[in-house]
Formats: sequence, structure tokens, C-alpha cells
Amino acid sequence: MNDDELKQVEIADYKNQIEKIKPQPKLLKNCIWAFTIGGFICLLAQIIFNYLLTSGLDKIQAGNAVAVIMIFLGALLTGLGVYDKIVEKAGAGAIVPITGFANAIVASAMEFKREGYVFGVGAKIFSVAGPTLLFGFVFSALIGLIKVFVNA
Amino acid sequence: MPTNKKKGSQTVVFNKPPGIASWASIVGPKEGKGPWGSYFDWRLNDYLFGEETWEKAESKLLRETIKLAISKGNYQESDMELLIAGDLLNQTIASNFAARELSLPLLGIFGACSTIAEGLIIGSMLIDGDCIQRLVTASSSHHYAAERQFRLPTEQGTQPPPTAQWTATAAGAVVLDGLSAGPKITAVTIGKVVDMGITDAADMGSAMAPAAVDSIKQHLQDMQRPLSYYELVVTGDLGNMGKTIAEKLLSQAGIEPYSNYEDCGVSLFDLEQSGINSGASGCGCSASMLCGPLLKKITDGDIHKLLFVATGALMSPISSWQGESIPGIAHAVAIEY
Repeated sequence: MNDDELKQVEIADYKNQIEKIKPQPKLLKNCIWAFTIGGFICLLAQIIFNYLLTSGLDKIQAGNAVAVIMIFLGALLTGLGVYDKIVEKAGAGAIVPITGFANAIVASAMEFKREGYVFGVGAKIFSVAGPTLLFGFVFSALIGLIKVFVNA
Repeated sequence: MPTNKKKGSQTVVFNKPPGIASWASIVGPKEGKGPWGSYFDWRLNDYLFGEETWEKAESKLLRETIKLAISKGNYQESDMELLIAGDLLNQTIASNFAARELSLPLLGIFGACSTIAEGLIIGSMLIDGDCIQRLVTASSSHHYAAERQFRLPTEQGTQPPPTAQWTATAAGAVVLDGLSAGPKITAVTIGKVVDMGITDAADMGSAMAPAAVDSIKQHLQDMQRPLSYYELVVTGDLGNMGKTIAEKLLSQAGIEPYSNYEDCGVSLFDLEQSGINSGASGCGCSASMLCGPLLKKITDGDIHKLLFVATGALMSPISSWQGESIPGIAHAVAIEY
């Protein structure tokens, strides 16, 4: 064996060793937290949705309004310094809902405000949410194209 | 020309060991509430320290720590011939801006979280080599300044894994004086960069542990000493995960896990606290532990021989995104009193 191969064996051996020691995330506990908080966020949105339906909005209008309200709540809790603490407990339960998306954008805006509105907020506001937006746009365009061909 | 100070392959033993004349540490709110809180000179109540940005706060943290170390030794700023300082921020701005206010000649250094040991090594060599008589070396880190540079915006929600570490908001400064009767730096071992292919930036303990063990082994081999020569061996910021691995690697190398082996990353915080996970990290972690509890224990006579092995993970966000593994480094400094 040459030196390179020997080093590779050594690295593989080391990785094996640390895998045995590495503490695992508490999966069950994390899942329960994610389910509870994620579920609560969805429940809240549903309550607002039902209320808006009874106040005379149609389904599409109410859906849009709920999204706006939930984004506002996510942004507000981020600004108050609470949302990151919720995510620490709830993990994906609070990252996946639209409130988590609001958190990603507002946190970036707050963080980079000190570098000014152009090079700070302007340039960095999508530093976390950017990939979601880009690939969201790309895939919606692709699906749109598929629909055009399927209908044709 | 052969040198009479070099011993073995990586160690330097000083003919006129420089003394640690004074030292100071300032820590953030979370660190101040940790198990060693009362050993630090100042404990801040907020992370901004009266400044507008995290970066300015870190620079002030470093500057005030340096000033405090100088005044605690009854020196004037003008008595210091040199400042050797480093931190984690890009282009080590915390140190550069601290030096601007202090108007001291500056050697800026970077060794990630091992920086304070690098400063002690360079400083001791300059003093022992009769280049300089008195100097101050310091290093700092700030949780939120590091967080936004290396990870995510501070208000961004994340759920760190159990191996993740919390960057300490802390700074430590040491005044070295060739004439001081304080604790002596007798020997130093300059560490090699060791990379065992770890790519997970949320598991820096695993990345650094092999480097720490490599430097400890090299130090003992160069000095022809057993580990038990030292009453206490302290690594920098391996954390719980890294410390466990280091103990295992030491025993595999035939160096029995020694009961007086500690890690600053494990000691600085109460590990049960939320967000801490595997322990503390950052330049300020080992620097403040040295300039708080450790030097106090030495001057109190609880410890006479300390091997201080500060560890650093030499990565950047860019190297991580490009898929590079995380190289580790560790420098050993023997302090005797």
C-alpha cells in the first residue's frame, strides 16, 4: 500500500470509531416536539381560515389571507427573538411551515441591516431563503411547461 | 547554525523561560453564569457591550481585556513593546481594530481557536531570543459575530445536533515579561495540521481531537516525559465529543487516559444548558479559561505543572461549501510555577 491508500484506511478507521461514539439526536423526543408545534401552527392557520370563511371571504381569498397572516406572525416572532427558540425545540415542525420561511427572510434582513440597506439588507435578505425561491421558481416553470405539453 | 533551544522535532525549550506577569479575562453573560463564572475579571450583561454591531463588541471585548491585563500587572500601555493578537473574524478585524485604539505595534495571527497558544509561543520565543522584553498576547471570540460569519443569521431558527458547540463570547490576555517572577513558560510544541477527513462543521470536536493527541504525543516524545509529569493537561475546545475521542486516541497510543485531563470546551459551560450541546468553542474559550481559572489555580499553588494544548479547527464557510474536510491544529504550552 502506498502512503495515500494508507491515509485513506486510517481515515476510514477513524470515521468508524467516531460513529460509535457520536451521540445520536433524540429522535422520538424531537419528533414529538416537531409534531406538536408544527401541528399547533397548522391548527392556528386552520382556525384563522375557518374564521375568514365565515366572515365572507371565498376559499381562494381566505387562503391568501391566511398565508399573509402566518407570514406576519413568523416575522413578528423572529423580530421579538422568539422564533429561533421555538425552532430549537421543534426543528422541522417550525421550519417547514410558511412561518419558518418568514423567519429565514426576516432573520437575514435583521442580521445584515448593519451593513446598510443596499449591501446589507438588499444583497443578503435571501441569503438563506434564496435556494428555496430559486428552485421553487424553476420547478414551477418546469411543471407549467409539462402542463402545456400534456394539454396540447 | 544548530540551535540549543530546539528539542526533538517540534518542541522548543527556553533557556530563560519568560514569565506570565499578569493576565485578564472578560466573558459574556452565558459564560459568566457557567461553573467558572466567578474566576473571570468581568462578566458582561449583554452581548453588544455598548456597541452597535457584534464585530465592534468583540473588538471592544478584546481591547478592554488587553487593557485590563496591562493595568492588573501595574504596567502602562507604553510599557508593552508588542501586541500579538488574533480572533475568528475575517481578516482578524477584532484584533486589528483593538490595536488601532491601543497604538501598540501589532503582530496579527490566526490559528482559529488555538490562537492564544500561538501567541504565547511566538511571544515566548521573542522574549527568550532577546528581541523583546515585554509584550501582551490576546485572543477573543464572540458568539453572534462568529455565528453570522460561519453559520446563519443569529435569529435564524436551527436545531443543532448533539455534537455541535457554542462559540464562546470571551477574551483572554496575557502579559509576558522576561523579568517576571510569575508562572514560567518552559517549553512549547508547535502542532502540525492534522486532517482526518471530517467534513461535518457541526462536529468540530471530532475534527480537532486527532490534532490535539498528535501534539500531546509529540510534546511528550520530544521532552522525553510521561504525561504524568503534568498535574493537569488541558485541551482547548474539543467539547464532550472531542474529549471522549481524545481520551480514546491517547489510550490507543499507549498514553493512559490520565485522570487530570480536562477540556476548556467541556468546562466553560454547564453542558445541560440549552444550545450548548457538546460544549464551548472559539478563540475566547481556551483564552478565557487560561486567563481565569487555570492561571489562578497555578498561582494559588493548586497546580505546579500545566500542559495547555489549545486546539483549532482551520475551516472557513467557503472551504466547507466546497466540500473540503476540516483540518485541525493544536499547540502545546508547558507552564510551570
